[in-house]
Amino acid sequence: SASSTVSSHTSQLHLAKTMSSLAVNGVTCRGKVLTLDSMNPNVRRVEYAVRGPIVQRAVQIEKELREGVKKPFTEVIKANIGDAHAMGQKPITFFRQVLALCSYPDLLEDNKFPEDAKKRARRILDACGGHSIGAYSASQGIECIRQDVARYIEKRDGGIPSNPDNIYLSTGASDAIVTMLKLLVCGEGRDRTGVMISIPQYPLYSAALADLGAVQINYYLDEDKCWGLDVTELRRALNAAKQHCKPRVLCIINPGNPTGQVQSRECIEDVIRFAKEENLFLMADEVYQDNVYAKGCKFHSFKKVLFEMGPEYSSSLEMASFHSTSKCYMGECGFRGGYMEVLNMDPEVKAQLTKLVSVRLCPPVSGQAMLDLVVNPPLPDEPSYTLFLSSQERTAVLAALAEKSHLTEEMFNTVPGITCNPVQGAMYTFPRITLPQKAIAKAQEEGQAPDMLYCMKLLEEEGICLVPGSGFGQKEGTFHFRMTILPPTEKLKVVLQKIRDFHLRFTQEFS
Amino acid sequence: MSVLQEISSNVKNMKTLEYSLLARWTKQIKEDLRQGVKKPFREVIDVSWGDPHRGGVKPLTFVRQVLAACLYPQLMNGEKLPVDVRQRAQKLLDGCAGWSRLVFSKCSFSLGSYSATGGLPEIVQRVSEFISRRDGGVPSNPENIFLCCGSQWALTRILNVLVNAEAPFPTGVLTPAPCYSTTPLSIEGLGGVVIPYYLSEERGWELQVEELHRALESCKGACHPIALYVINPGNPAGQVQSRKSMQEVIRFASEKRLFLLADEVYQGCVYGETEFVSYKRVLSEMGPPLSDTVELASFHSASKGFMGECGLRGGYVELVNLDPAVKKYIYTLFCADSSPPVLGQIALDLMTNPPQPGDPSYLLYYQETQHIRSTVVKNVKKACEVINSLQGFSCQAVEGGAFAFPRIHLPAKAIQKAKEAGMQPDTFYCLRLLEEAGVLASPGSDYGQEEGTFHIRFCILLPHDVLGELLQRLSDFHTQFMKDFS
Repeated sequence: SASSTVSSHTSQLHLAKTMSSLAVNGVTCRGKVLTLDSMNPNVRRVEYAVRGPIVQRAVQIEKELREGVKKPFTEVIKANIGDAHAMGQKPITFFRQVLALCSYPDLLEDNKFPEDAKKRARRILDACGGHSIGAYSASQGIECIRQDVARYIEKRDGGIPSNPDNIYLSTGASDAIVTMLKLLVCGEGRDRTGVMISIPQYPLYSAALADLGAVQINYYLDEDKCWGLDVTELRRALNAAKQHCKPRVLCIINPGNPTGQVQSRECIEDVIRFAKEENLFLMADEVYQDNVYAKGCKFHSFKKVLFEMGPEYSSSLEMASFHSTSKCYMGECGFRGGYMEVLNMDPEVKAQLTKLVSVRLCPPVSGQAMLDLVVNPPLPDEPSYTLFLSSQERTAVLAALAEKSHLTEEMFNTVPGITCNPVQGAMYTFPRITLPQKAIAKAQEEGQAPDMLYCMKLLEEEGICLVPGSGFGQKEGTFHFRMTILPPTEKLKVVLQKIRDFHLRFTQEFS
Repeated sequence: MSVLQEISSNVKNMKTLEYSLLARWTKQIKEDLRQGVKKPFREVIDVSWGDPHRGGVKPLTFVRQVLAACLYPQLMNGEKLPVDVRQRAQKLLDGCAGWSRLVFSKCSFSLGSYSATGGLPEIVQRVSEFISRRDGGVPSNPENIFLCCGSQWALTRILNVLVNAEAPFPTGVLTPAPCYSTTPLSIEGLGGVVIPYYLSEERGWELQVEELHRALESCKGACHPIALYVINPGNPAGQVQSRKSMQEVIRFASEKRLFLLADEVYQGCVYGETEFVSYKRVLSEMGPPLSDTVELASFHSASKGFMGECGLRGGYVELVNLDPAVKKYIYTLFCADSSPPVLGQIALDLMTNPPQPGDPSYLLYYQETQHIRSTVVKNVKKACEVINSLQGFSCQAVEGGAFAFPRIHLPAKAIQKAKEAGMQPDTFYCLRLLEEAGVLASPGSDYGQEEGTFHIRFCILLPHDVLGELLQRLSDFHTQFMKDFS
């Protein structure tokens, strides 16, 4: 594996092995049915940096602060994951009203609720068993909501038809992504399914692939070209992989996470051509499609580009696109709303997919309702429109993100030892850090990834929580961290300052 | 050539349910009814799911008021909502630092909830307190509790850790027959093998330990059994296990080195004489060494019981006596998963901490739950009476759970007809029941049953009048069916 997850994995394994043979509270753990040796070996390979050890430590430190322990800082700044409220944004009134009406339909009699909210609530409740969001829905999701999603996709893609039967609502996009991988991964030994994923990537993919025992095929985004994707690199990765597995799937995240790049139309066409040539199933993770703010960048959906390339591609390439309510810049994440749209899927395979999703019964109905509102917002002639528009403050939010991404890029690039690419979309920055040899050596001694050592120290000294690049994958010998650019500008400036000061200190300390 | 010519063999091996045929027919029939096609009935009574709300049971007012107030805090201005609703919502919203942030943003929510478990720490804490109270004081550690998107989700995750698809022998899980279909499907989907142990119908669907022995013997050399899955109260069969039986199961699991999976989602639905006691409690009361060594995962959910909030997807698993090294990996698995939806977590909080006597909402809460309870008790009594009075139909006592699972003694002619149609006999019966009487029930073949026996399953968590209508249609149909095929 080319990523630095190897060393952190080794350390986790080492720690776990040590623990298992130690007496715990005087009772040995030998003799258990479920041990490290008997458990599913794939699960041992699963890691998920976004909620990994550094986050654990951050939570612990927060607890200590609450208990009055003295630290060089008074709060932990959670710059490791997106947090809409760190922006000072309030939840969207319209969404909340409709969901409250759905939860407690007696409120439909309350004249404090606007008519358009009531109308949507009634429609959703009519589609629910027993008129309750507490009833199971069909496994594929409530039909009228799938229809609304299809219409939304059609509108987004300039009229290209979308069939509601090809839409599967899910518990966030993650659920759908894992379901597709579960369906696709098969074969033994050299025929084991290989899945191509970008390095760096969002670690849900590596976790799912490890869990399924699939072969992860890494293709590298080019840091020197603003994390651009080059088809020659895809080809290189694929050809190398063919020696030991059967590559069948290509995953692409656009806009990217953690890197934030927005693929150009040409690049998307190249990827589509490549997938067709090599007979790969394309998985297009487009959850950040609403978060594009860099000048000159535009989101192009894979589906739209596919259709515009003509029937030779659009009627044969097999693809699934994913979206979610969590990542809209206003992120109503707690409801777990998401969907995938499948294209050109063999009907027999679709039947298998339908069977597979039935096992998890149904996605949360509240998430389905939330999704319905995201695709069905108030229209200009409806009473809630003005408030909705203003509470969304969409233009302002995107403009602020653009400004903060510039600020971040500029600031980091002034620090010797940190280089930062422009961020075009999503909500993170993924700068590269140069670490002194001494620090790398120390980290290796401790069985830790060097950027984990760096981030842990930053957390302990400054109370800033970031996620080390090793959690996402990176070119061997390079180090990064992922930071969100969501905090309010003034706070962000402070954070950037502190990181700069820390970096200089760190470099000094390990010189 | 399609990339998808080959898909996961585990997925392909998952049984396709007979129910899916019935579901398709139902869709067609509902469409026909909408178009005004004349049928012997005006609407389809769908009792194929254990879904109280779908059946017409009303959600609990307190629960829904708190949910609404959490979602839209403006509702708490003024006096419209009872004081305890407002207090509870406020508590949930204030909770730990920035709870409202936690509610509305998955990401910081997950950070805040990552204090060793999945789920909001305050809610996990209260769930653990509930468990301890329920079990007469047996301690419950929040670090061993994971909230998730429904109990099935948690079960699949634990199975994922247990089932080793790469081992030379497939992993086996002892599973009751009959057993509701989702669990065996999960096992198969993971590449595991279902080892059925038959519940004894003549003895009220009792679990007999001799049968466990037989089942284990039967799979020698074919697979490596690692876990024993029990459902108590049962689904589809409505038995509630006796303490003695549970002790036997625990001893068996210990002796045969099996991980115990206790699906207890129907613990709130008990109507007979046998009281529900949790596996954890029984285990604890058996004392060491068993209480310190038998590995157990217990599952519960807000989907069943009086709340019946299936669509909110709130469930949890509690782990007992797990190897700490393995638990670390289970943490990671749960963390990599979707964090449980907010409303589901709130539902769990309300389920484990309902209004208490003296609270303003208590009276209404008590009335509503009592109403549901007495309705179900009436339903169970009536269903069993009606069915047992019909020829060729018999039903064991329903002590708990959400379903009746009567046996149909099908005449040879009917079995023959079914074979000709290429269907399981009880599927044939259910299809006819659907077409002629507009009742959607599920066939026993989907659950596993002794060879040569046939059953149907239908939900009894319904308003009493709906059940009445259902039983009327069912008995008319059954009588006619038996006549036609005599």
